[in-house]
Amino acid sequence: MSGRAPLPRATRRLRLVLALFGAGLAALALEAAHARLSRPAAELRMAASAELVRAAGLTDLALFTEARHSRNPALADLHTAFQDAPMSFGHFPSGSFAPRPAAGFGKGTLGFDADEVRR
Amino acid sequence: MTPGLRRQRALAEYTLAAMARRRGKNIGLVAVYAAVVFFVASAMLFSAALRREAAIVLSEAPELVVQNLLMGRHELMPGAAVETLAGIRGVAGAQGRLWGYFYDRVNGANYTLMVPFDPALIPPAGAAIFGEAIPRTRDHPWLGAPLFLSRHPGDLVRFNAAGQLTAAQGLVSSDLILIGEADFRAFFGLPPEVYTDIAVTIRNPREIDTIVQKAEALLPDARFVTRDEILRTYQKIFSWREGILVALAGASILAFAIFAAEKASGLSADEAREIGILKAIGWDMRDVIAMKLWEGGLVSVGAFLAGTVAAYLHVFAFGAALFAPVLKGWSVIYPDFPLAPEIDGIEMTALFFLTVLPYLAATLVPIWRIASADPDQVMR
Repeated sequence: MSGRAPLPRATRRLRLVLALFGAGLAALALEAAHARLSRPAAELRMAASAELVRAAGLTDLALFTEARHSRNPALADLHTAFQDAPMSFGHFPSGSFAPRPAAGFGKGTLGFDADEVRR
Repeated sequence: MTPGLRRQRALAEYTLAAMARRRGKNIGLVAVYAAVVFFVASAMLFSAALRREAAIVLSEAPELVVQNLLMGRHELMPGAAVETLAGIRGVAGAQGRLWGYFYDRVNGANYTLMVPFDPALIPPAGAAIFGEAIPRTRDHPWLGAPLFLSRHPGDLVRFNAAGQLTAAQGLVSSDLILIGEADFRAFFGLPPEVYTDIAVTIRNPREIDTIVQKAEALLPDARFVTRDEILRTYQKIFSWREGILVALAGASILAFAIFAAEKASGLSADEAREIGILKAIGWDMRDVIAMKLWEGGLVSVGAFLAGTVAAYLHVFAFGAALFAPVLKGWSVIYPDFPLAPEIDGIEMTALFFLTVLPYLAATLVPIWRIASADPDQVMR
């Protein structure tokens, strides 16, 4: 089969497809270059935010501002969910997107003093 | 051109011609495949960018936050605890934090009012520094317009604008109102010498655990949140979100896998006859397999390229428009910030192998069976 002369149409088609692949690769490379080139500006922006976090003493991102109990996930009480209304547990999508603690609940130890607990 | 290369070129040309005969089916296949890659790649890029952003921005958060608990609820911290904590060896400083929430009846947004640590950020009495979203959601008529807050019907408190935080800082501050301590206590009716919680500065991070142990003995009712725990909370939230999105995509991935496997193993009668004819005119099994490898490669690599290129544009040029509603939830205030573009080579490689290899495998196995069969049998 290697001796067959390629049809001109097939050659054209192959060239077109290879050109499309090249364009896709070039676009991916362009995106990688864009990510690399925009890094200094992004780092500057993040440094400004980090500086504000330091200067104001912030602990959380202002991403989930919909309810008091979702604004500070790092500091929130485990029991704040029902504080607004009896059925407010699943009010907001962010509630369903926060995972339960990996360590699980109720892993504490009972004891009369710190030494006993450590044992 | 070497003979090997010429052979591959001929095979590729033949493959394309064969695929062109079933043009609609193959274009549909690549489109569905690319959509699946697009969804998974978008989820990966999006949450990786958020994780990176949170890690960098929150690296300046207090090393330790101490909250008072009363009846299982967060309670105000007495000012005396600041000295108690500052007295622990290894603690560089302790400072009471004053922050609270305010629900704005006018636009239904929740604001965070806060007294900043840095004296340079503390506005004069009666004035406030606003987060980027506050003038925006309150439709302030001009830059620097004062903000009026109403705590109850008939009440109106005026805050002059002492400045505005930039949109670039929006991720941590869009709903923030920074005011002075006297204004804060007057606004919330907060007695003197109590704080929301206490931020503790610790110079040597290796001492944090020991200091928490000592502090637990001194303040047995308090809860301690270290910076590591804050950072981990966000890494977990965004990993979990990525997991949810990928799990949602799982249904479409599964449907696609069934589609691909069916297409390959069910090999339409046409395709089986085509292979039979090729074998009858002298192609050997190696040629048939190479031809099918070309087909699988063209389909899967093409879909991978299209999917990832589009996912990058979706996340970083169009602000992840498909995912944003999930993240925004019911919020009135949502930080309008650009995500820092980043392509993680390892994640992309993993995505490549996760999407391209299974397709090649799923298509090759049934071809092998047919290609090794007797052409007469296959054609019949």
